[in-house]
Amino acid sequence: MPEKKVSFPHMGDYYSAFKCLVELIGRPLVPPPITKKTIELGFKYSPETVCIPFKYNLGNYIEALEAGADVICQAGGGCRFGYYAEVQEQILRRLGYEFEFFKLNNKNSVIGFIKDFKRIAPHNTYPGIIHRLALCLARIHCIDAVSDCVRKNIGFEIHPGQMEKTYRKFLEDLVWTYSLGAVFSLKNECLCQIRQIDIDKPADCLRVGVVGELYMLMEPFANFYLEKKLAQRKIEVHRFVTVSGILTEYFSGDRSVKKHLAAAHPYLTHHIGAHGTETVARANSLIKKGFDGIIHLKPFGCMPEVSAMAALNNLARDRRAPILYFSFDSQTSEAGLETRVEAFCDMLYMKQKKKKNG
Amino acid sequence: MENAAVAKKNKLRVGIPRALLYHKYGKLWEVFFRELGVNVVLSPETNKEIIARGARLSIDESCLSVKIFVGHIDWLKDKADAVLVPHITCLHSGEEMCVKFMALVDTVRNVFPGIKVIEYSVNAKKLETEAGSMIRLGARLAGNPFRAIAAYMKAKGAWEKSAREKKEAQAEKFAAARRGEKPLILIVAHSYTLEDNFLGRPIIDYLEKSGVCVLCSDRLDAARAREISKNISQTLYWTYHKELLGAAEYYKDSVDGMIFLTTFPCGPDALAVNLCQSKMKGIPSIIVSLDELESRVGLQTRLESFVDVINFKKCRKKK
Repeated sequence: MPEKKVSFPHMGDYYSAFKCLVELIGRPLVPPPITKKTIELGFKYSPETVCIPFKYNLGNYIEALEAGADVICQAGGGCRFGYYAEVQEQILRRLGYEFEFFKLNNKNSVIGFIKDFKRIAPHNTYPGIIHRLALCLARIHCIDAVSDCVRKNIGFEIHPGQMEKTYRKFLEDLVWTYSLGAVFSLKNECLCQIRQIDIDKPADCLRVGVVGELYMLMEPFANFYLEKKLAQRKIEVHRFVTVSGILTEYFSGDRSVKKHLAAAHPYLTHHIGAHGTETVARANSLIKKGFDGIIHLKPFGCMPEVSAMAALNNLARDRRAPILYFSFDSQTSEAGLETRVEAFCDMLYMKQKKKKNG
Repeated sequence: MENAAVAKKNKLRVGIPRALLYHKYGKLWEVFFRELGVNVVLSPETNKEIIARGARLSIDESCLSVKIFVGHIDWLKDKADAVLVPHITCLHSGEEMCVKFMALVDTVRNVFPGIKVIEYSVNAKKLETEAGSMIRLGARLAGNPFRAIAAYMKAKGAWEKSAREKKEAQAEKFAAARRGEKPLILIVAHSYTLEDNFLGRPIIDYLEKSGVCVLCSDRLDAARAREISKNISQTLYWTYHKELLGAAEYYKDSVDGMIFLTTFPCGPDALAVNLCQSKMKGIPSIIVSLDELESRVGLQTRLESFVDVINFKKCRKKK
């Protein structure tokens, strides 16, 4: 029997972490990188008003199935995300593809998750699955640690391009690193290399936090490389929504909701669903910390983030904080985003200058 | 002393917005507050002005139903001392509510800073039941827990009776229509869309005037509907959408057509309704999406041609 080819949707740079889990089931097939064609395919076959991550995922699946995948995986949770899998499966079947669909539901505990893997790939042993899970988590942790460092410094390089190159090399090496120790030493090595790159970072550089819906934040193609655009304007970018962040939230359950509600005081009194509460909490605490601006990203019609926007509006008014909102759908154009980001950055610089001059 | 406190409390005017969950729990709330001796101010039926107010105050991308709700609160805010906004997270364990119901209290608080909100929470995951939360609320308002319990019991009874009457009326209508000649159309939509004076009612009236027998998806036993919705979708977890899909599944063999009525941009509808429509093979159906800019003429043309198609199909079948 030929080995099954297993595929999964892209999100940011996490493919190496997803890949090592998927190797348990069969031969991994990393879908082609997201391009204009991916999203066009996604748009064509998705329900019209569904949120845009659904469309990107569907585009990834179609491209992966065209490339010969037999099994595709989808996670779930949050608001509409939990229902993605069933609708996507049905759309793909209607298009005539034949495949197995492996659904990972976040309602499962870690043990349930391991059992799920054992069920679909019975040739693995439990210790083998646990090791792979640990490896996946380690890779995610390292990707997040390195990318966070890159995000904060890449705008201030003296010779632009070095940091990007080091980061890409790290991601490539990570795909072939299979022991836990090696993954962590690779991370440390990469962080050392990045620290050695010459940067010219003023102590009072502008700091901007990006908050909002997780797919829009984590997939640079979907947000038109917003973080890069900010970095080019010499801005330190902070983002807290990462896969390791989400997993920490998931494991701490109600405690993290309580923590976020306290941080979002007085703008929220109840959990508003998915990441909406965290968005408000982060924005509120960043403004308190003296950040210069906040950028809020969401797919068009994202329910929890729309609820969060009402609170963010009040936050912006009360604390005179600059908040820029972006909503992404099929009509969003890169030029429009670029113009607004440029104006926002100019405004931040003017504000800073005015403050300096008293 | 106690009489004075009650008299003082009596002056409290509670505003109930005639939107969203009012169309499900209206009877329960009205009777409950009346029994407690609280004055109730009920907002009027949705009209153009309320929609315009709501659309102006809400975030652009909120769904029409939330905009209407905000419009009703805006109408109430000067006429009542406090407004009732239920905070319903989860009605049955293993299911969820659309996140807009979780966020409703905070949406209202953020849109109207300083407004006094009366809320009660229902969350099956945390064992917060409707009875417990409402009795606690009633005890606080009336200063007497026993009065609150009595009021809740009476309200619940009245609500159950009115819900049962609605269901029986539809069942009778359905039985009569099956014997009759009239084409039968099921409207699949939430109560707060169907019962709204601006959204669902004009559509139902128009269809009935054109000689169609209209069934509504919200007038079926809810628990049963949720159970049979599994035939269409196994992983669906929104309580109210389970009821919609269950109704579609229940009536699918007897109706001549289905109209899916959604408010733009309803998040769960985008997935669930599309899935449902594609599983209803062989039944003519349309998705009507309503927004605050809706032109009545365009909608009428669509409904007219849909009714024509169904009449045509029915005639041909008879031949």
